[in-house]
Amino acid sequence: MRQKKKRPNGRFISVAVKPTAADHSFNLLVDVFLAVLLVIIAVPLWSTITLSFRPNDYIGNNLEGMFLAPWNWSNAAYKALLGNAGFVLAFGNSLKILVGGVATALLLTIPLAYVLSIHTLPGRRWLNLLIIIPYVFNVGLIPSYLLVTDLGLIDKLVAVFLPGAISTYNCLIMRSFFEGIPNELKESARIDGATEIQVLIRVILPLSKAIIMTIGLFYGVSFWNDFFHAMLYLNDNQLQPLPILLRNILMASGMNEYVEVNAFGDAPIAAIKAASVFMSAIPMVIAYPFIQKYFTKGTLLGSVKG
Amino acid sequence: MIQKSGTKQLMRDIRRHSSVYALLAIPFVYYIIFKYIPIFNGQIAFKDYMALDGVLGSQWIGLEHFRTFIHSYYFTELLRNTLMYSFGKLVFSLPLAIILAIAIYESNRPHLRKVVQTLAYLPHFLSWVIMYGILLALLAPGDGILNDIIKMFGGKPIDFLTNTDAFPWIVILSDAWKEMGWSAIIFIAALMGIDPSLFEAALVEGANSWQRVRYITLPSIRPVIVIVVLLRLGTILDAGFNQIFMLYSTPVYSVADIIDTWVYRQGLLEFQFGLATAVGLFKGVIGMFLILGSNRLVKRFGGNSLF
Repeated sequence: MRQKKKRPNGRFISVAVKPTAADHSFNLLVDVFLAVLLVIIAVPLWSTITLSFRPNDYIGNNLEGMFLAPWNWSNAAYKALLGNAGFVLAFGNSLKILVGGVATALLLTIPLAYVLSIHTLPGRRWLNLLIIIPYVFNVGLIPSYLLVTDLGLIDKLVAVFLPGAISTYNCLIMRSFFEGIPNELKESARIDGATEIQVLIRVILPLSKAIIMTIGLFYGVSFWNDFFHAMLYLNDNQLQPLPILLRNILMASGMNEYVEVNAFGDAPIAAIKAASVFMSAIPMVIAYPFIQKYFTKGTLLGSVKG
Repeated sequence: MIQKSGTKQLMRDIRRHSSVYALLAIPFVYYIIFKYIPIFNGQIAFKDYMALDGVLGSQWIGLEHFRTFIHSYYFTELLRNTLMYSFGKLVFSLPLAIILAIAIYESNRPHLRKVVQTLAYLPHFLSWVIMYGILLALLAPGDGILNDIIKMFGGKPIDFLTNTDAFPWIVILSDAWKEMGWSAIIFIAALMGIDPSLFEAALVEGANSWQRVRYITLPSIRPVIVIVVLLRLGTILDAGFNQIFMLYSTPVYSVADIIDTWVYRQGLLEFQFGLATAVGLFKGVIGMFLILGSNRLVKRFGGNSLF
């Protein structure tokens, strides 16, 4: 029998060998492992989703709830959340932080990464050193906190993303990518009289879609998910982003502990909690498939030689 | 060729690149403010910091804060917990990531492979706040699914998140659940780089699947494994602040507190800015040597370190 096996990299192995019992047991084990893993990854996600659609009059525990038929689901928790001014406000704040953060981060990171990729630049060694020193030597939380306080950024949304607006790691990944763009392209533009800013915009950026999407995603995830900086720097309730609100909702053992009594109507508390978890994850879940094709490539850059 | 004087050449080079420096201006200022002023502020580790006197005006007290920290009872506890979580995560999730990568690579079922791959990467993008919500649905003492199962078998429900025996396991396992797929990416990429003719030769020689994994697949990705381990050792003092901060509570402080969570509480809740900075600096200096050391080794093993 010919054993024809398609590898993930698209190449075929075709050698006339009969699979042995050991091969069969191996293949079975591989598939069982993947199937078990699938269940382990899926169950916590599924239990949260079904919990969020739990009707108020449901009797039975969460384990049974996972098998509740979809036509018995209730969207009361989502209605309650979307009808709640506090939730809508927090969602809006999170969106502002996301958009402002990613735009600022890319506007700062791209030029720096590009300049670092120019090998002929005088002083490049010093520049590299300037970037690397704070990267390897992390003085910790308090000195940064004092800086943000001294700059008067407390209770400003920018305080959440400005301290992390250039991640040295992301910048170095981007630099590696820019270094891989053939020099001839840049040189010919320069000979035609283009300034460096024009070279960056006209030559480099159109070739760098994958890396910009990837790094943009990394920044976006970090800003959308951030609760720590928001907790440190935003005291005003009107400014709190979604993760802070979510944390308050989750930590409350009953909704009466939460800031607004009965703010969420008659949906079950557990369903409200699960629904807010799901709503917080939604932008990441929506963006994820579009960017998935880019990130494998982008992540591997600069880490290990192929 | 005529030798130009060094300075002249340099001046010409700098003029030629003048528009580059214009591009650099804003990121440069950013680095000075947001990366170097914190380092400058780090001096309060050696000072009796008073908010009214500011960073520069406070009194120097030498190594007082460092002495307090090293002689305190929590010093060994913090160090032990930090290392326990770092090594625990490494020992537990790294083999899982490698096995996952090999299983995805070896599986003959493209659909299963695709679904597992997509779903396994997803949790990496969820925050620890969201993870806490998911874990609550799973572990809550009253209505969590795990306790439903325990009750089904007649057991007594356990409050996992406040139980000092269960807590470390929850930290390590939930981290594995969240990051396993993402950590596998690098190994999958390495596997795809293996020359298929090696497998063909092995098939001709009569090697079965187990032997192919043992003698071709694993040795082929060994350099990547070594590099990943080295890089992880470089950040061994980062045990996962966000995760532990979200999951822990007073009953489990003794097994949950790591350097970073302690620095946060001591600094921003107890206002011991000087002491907290000293501990952060202590961690920063050790961390620096670890990162530099691991990067040097990575380069020696043929990896492409970032700097």
